[in-house]
Amino acid sequence: MTRDLARLGKTALGLLLTAIMLFPVYWMVNASFTRDQDLRRTPPSWFPLHGTLEGYRAVLRDQLPHLATSLVVALGTAALTVALSAPAGYALAKLRPRGGAALGFVLLIAQMIPGIIMAMGFYAIYLGAGMLQSLGGLIVADSTLAVPFGVLICTAFMSGIPGELLQAARTDGAGPVRTFWSIVLPMSRNALVTVSLFAFLWAWSDFVFASTLDGGGAHQPITLGIYHYIGNNNQQWNAIMATAVVASLPAAVILVLAQRYVAAGVTAGAVKD
Amino acid sequence: MRRPTVPVPPSRRPRCRERWAAWGFLAPVLAYLVLFYAYPLYRNLDLSLRDYTVRSFVQGGARFSGLQNYRTVFADPTFVPALTHTLVFTALSLIIQYAAGLALAVFFNQHFRLSATLRALFLVPWLLPLIVSASTWAWLLNSDSGVVNAVLRWFGVGPVDWLTSPQWSLVSVVIANIWIGIPFNLVVLYSGLQAIPTSLYEAASVDGASAWQRFWRITFPLLRPVSAITLLLGLIYTLKVFDIVWIMTRGGPGTSSTTLATWSYRLGFGSLLPRFGPGAAVGNLLVLIALVFGLAYIHLQRRQREEA
Repeated sequence: MTRDLARLGKTALGLLLTAIMLFPVYWMVNASFTRDQDLRRTPPSWFPLHGTLEGYRAVLRDQLPHLATSLVVALGTAALTVALSAPAGYALAKLRPRGGAALGFVLLIAQMIPGIIMAMGFYAIYLGAGMLQSLGGLIVADSTLAVPFGVLICTAFMSGIPGELLQAARTDGAGPVRTFWSIVLPMSRNALVTVSLFAFLWAWSDFVFASTLDGGGAHQPITLGIYHYIGNNNQQWNAIMATAVVASLPAAVILVLAQRYVAAGVTAGAVKD
Repeated sequence: MRRPTVPVPPSRRPRCRERWAAWGFLAPVLAYLVLFYAYPLYRNLDLSLRDYTVRSFVQGGARFSGLQNYRTVFADPTFVPALTHTLVFTALSLIIQYAAGLALAVFFNQHFRLSATLRALFLVPWLLPLIVSASTWAWLLNSDSGVVNAVLRWFGVGPVDWLTSPQWSLVSVVIANIWIGIPFNLVVLYSGLQAIPTSLYEAASVDGASAWQRFWRITFPLLRPVSAITLLLGLIYTLKVFDIVWIMTRGGPGTSSTTLATWSYRLGFGSLLPRFGPGAAVGNLLVLIALVFGLAYIHLQRRQREEA
């Protein structure tokens, strides 16, 4: 009896802590439905009593092209990242060339370079190559956020595929390419999903590369859409927060549908196997 | 924050044909690393060693100036504040994120009803685009209409000019950054807790150890390797935080919340008269600091792997 009560108390405390942690998110949603004149009121209204969809109308009016751009860039980044990571992971995990360990080391270091430094280098290169404000250029730059992570995740996962299986394929006369395509890839589905999810999310959320390489371009992602809203002197918080809610939707969908992949990605490597 | 993983080191040498195949599979990623990692970094280094003007940036032909840009940066009155703020920002964020993450991990490790669902919900701040988190916090901390000041008013405090006063701007960006960092600490430390055998706790309970003693005598010491990795990774990723600070305060007012990352951006992109040379120099200093801790991380990771 007391034990049940203690457990109930813990659940209550857990709910309270989660509510505190997620309060900023609630406040964002609340503001996105609140009229601008009510947002300035003291004390603030805790619920959107005179709810309005004006903010979301502003999103539909101003931000649809930005959302489309973000979708294209994020999908492109995810595809490029998987296309580069999967073969490299297979080679490092199963074919084990001389120098593979050194490459792994380079990939680790690559993840530690601040994005702003990469952005400045890319800017200098793209300026000369006429690639500023191009979607392809932004996709390539965004993929640098995810490729080292992708290769390391694929390597870690693919080294778990039993060697006997690949040996059997070899005995049946399958070459490395055939083995990779017909056995390793299908078996690595979880790793590929994790990698593409994170690549998508990071590219969708990217602000540094977008603002340096794509500022003023014809196709700007949603992060720049929000940034321009914030930059307006007459800050329309209702519209800003509505855009923020819409920009958060991919994260919400991923959390609901693919939570186990997210947890796998967060802990991968930070804790030894 | 992003976390590296460590690949499995090669142990046995395969046949010759496979070795060629291996390099074939690696070729795309190698070309990619050279073109899109090494080359931008080289260009960045080159930027920092030349005397660029806007004109020579576009047309080329900037004069080689050695370490002049670095001397300019060191002599700049922004240098000391930017370095200090970077250190304070990183240290405060790390300590508080870690403490909160550990407390929450221990709490969620007790497996009560809904614990898995609530733990998943804690991931939300980490998954949101940084610009969303940053603008939400800017709204929460707004001087006139922010909810934080509204709550403080109940207690008869404030209003505090969180983002617009030099005393509070750094604190404000630290608060937002802690909020974003807690989920990472929670998830990693939680998975570390799972590895501690429950029999240890049962034995300690039989011996009459209190919950507090169990934490300090069992949990904390056994979690030390995971803690070290978490803190070091957090350090590397906090050093390079840019979005949060830039969107919330742009490093201001004045230089009161300027870090090395935002300073580098402001020099290179923040004004109509870009100073790419000094901007790249600041950026390279940041890379250097990150690399020192990055190598420490790899060293630690290797050592733990060998001990295991």
